[in-house]
Amino acid sequence: MIFKTATEMADALSKKEISSVELTQAHLDRISAVDGDVKAFLHVDKDGALAQAAAVDADRASGKAMSPLAGVPLALKDVLAQKGVPTTAGSKILQGWKPPYDSTVVSKLKDAGVVILGKTNMDEFAMGSSTENSGYGPTFNPWDLTRTPGGSSGGSSAAVASFEAPLAIGSDTGGSIRQPAALTGIVGVRPTYGAVSRYGLIAYSSSLDQAGPFGRTVLDAALLHEAIAGHDAHDATSIEAAVPAVVAAAKDGNVKGMKIGVIKQLQGEGYQKGVQTRFTESLDLLASLGAEIVEVDCPSFEYALAAYYLIAPSECSSNLARFDAMRYGLRTGDENGASAEAVMAATRDAGFGREVKRRIILGTYALSSGYYDAYYGSAQKIRTLIIQDYAKAFAAADVLVSPTAPTTAYKIGEKVDDPMAMYLGDVATIPVNLAGICGMSLPAGLAEEDNLPVGFQIMAPAMQDQRLYQTGAALEAALISKWGGALITKAPALKGGAK
Amino acid sequence: MSTLSRDEVAKLAGLARIEMTEEELVNISSQFGTILDAVARVQELNLDGVKATSHPQPIENIARPDVVQPSLTPAEALSGAPAQEDQRFRVPQILGEE
Repeated sequence: MIFKTATEMADALSKKEISSVELTQAHLDRISAVDGDVKAFLHVDKDGALAQAAAVDADRASGKAMSPLAGVPLALKDVLAQKGVPTTAGSKILQGWKPPYDSTVVSKLKDAGVVILGKTNMDEFAMGSSTENSGYGPTFNPWDLTRTPGGSSGGSSAAVASFEAPLAIGSDTGGSIRQPAALTGIVGVRPTYGAVSRYGLIAYSSSLDQAGPFGRTVLDAALLHEAIAGHDAHDATSIEAAVPAVVAAAKDGNVKGMKIGVIKQLQGEGYQKGVQTRFTESLDLLASLGAEIVEVDCPSFEYALAAYYLIAPSECSSNLARFDAMRYGLRTGDENGASAEAVMAATRDAGFGREVKRRIILGTYALSSGYYDAYYGSAQKIRTLIIQDYAKAFAAADVLVSPTAPTTAYKIGEKVDDPMAMYLGDVATIPVNLAGICGMSLPAGLAEEDNLPVGFQIMAPAMQDQRLYQTGAALEAALISKWGGALITKAPALKGGAK
Repeated sequence: MSTLSRDEVAKLAGLARIEMTEEELVNISSQFGTILDAVARVQELNLDGVKATSHPQPIENIARPDVVQPSLTPAEALSGAPAQEDQRFRVPQILGEE
């Protein structure tokens, strides 16, 4: 059962062919068997998950109306607060912290009867693209355990790709859902900014952060998207509008007559050959399904990476000021009458990892007087140009496409000492975040040179998330029929047994 | 190539309230030039007359009716405190000793 899709699991649950307790236990067993190799989870909430599953089973037995995903298990990125369950954001500064409240995403999951198995590993405060910046050690890619599952939501992507959970929640500030989905051969969606509440999502860069779904199919991701999206009075940036009809679109999967724009700037030089080959092949498939392929020009995208690595660190240097050793989290050096300021500085040194410190320093620099206009100010203007490029491109096409990441999964340790090389992996995903629009990555096959998954990225205008699913579902169906089965079934079996 | 000296990193670390080891200061300083060169590309374009975007949505202040709503109990609010005393957060000294 664990190898089925979330949709199939939900169907079996509704027909009472299996109970949620049985389904949850099967996933807990899978986690016990293989997570020693994958290390996707920071915390497995066995008792909480089984209790939640039992409650769903009781509700179903009593004849209560159930949500579509009721009883289906899920892995939750450790960036989202869950009441009473350890929540660290991958940082030592929050080790042992148990939030006194639920994030809105968690409340909605609980309301929908989705069973939360535990909290998944991530780059510390979502700063990174490989999970190697986690304060608790890296996660390993189920396709090749010597490689990264991407990041920052690498624990979530690895959990879904290794069948430890059929669904997962991630967060995407510069590509942190789409890139790990690409590197592990699954589907990941960054919804429109403001579509999913950020209440209880530990902030990295508030104008860019957005939580979203992972699944092994487009429809599974759509079901989870619908469960977590919607206006929330607790988040002042939450959009007050109906959730786009993503599930209906995922069931429809039709691109006939649709205009699909290929972004000139997001291909070619710097993109691995096998990535480019799979991308072109998917484009041909979309054309054969009746879509019209056009090329669009987004010249300012060349500056997106530079703008992002000023805006995100600037916002993070401000957001992470809250970790001050006073109200929650770590406190060190509180002895011999040390001042609050000294305790704060000692705690932030002990609690933050290298990449977090680097970004706080970069942000502090970019915001300091004398440099503000040249760095942060210019980056904000580039952001306007990127929004304008998208507006022009969406006037010519219904959706835009590109490879999700320039390469397939790289080796653990390969880029960890070269921050700039790591940052370049986000080049195709970052423009979506700067513009606040939505994007999806779905598997496009394996690169010939290394047999690792390649992601195909689809982008749509703000609050047109259904277009991602409509396009993605059509491409997914065509690819599966070409392959003779889902890509994930080609992933090597995990032996398990490691601790 | 841009550079940021060890002392400049130390000054920024002070502003950001992070006490860094000598090794960290040197490490961040040595990698900063490459990063600064990359982000300085935002200055290549003529941006005169371009409006700045701080946020992807037009934001307005949103007020809710002034009605009492459920909130955390003192025990819940203090549940993660590193130290507490008499239902309050206990913090290290803020003012110097007299």
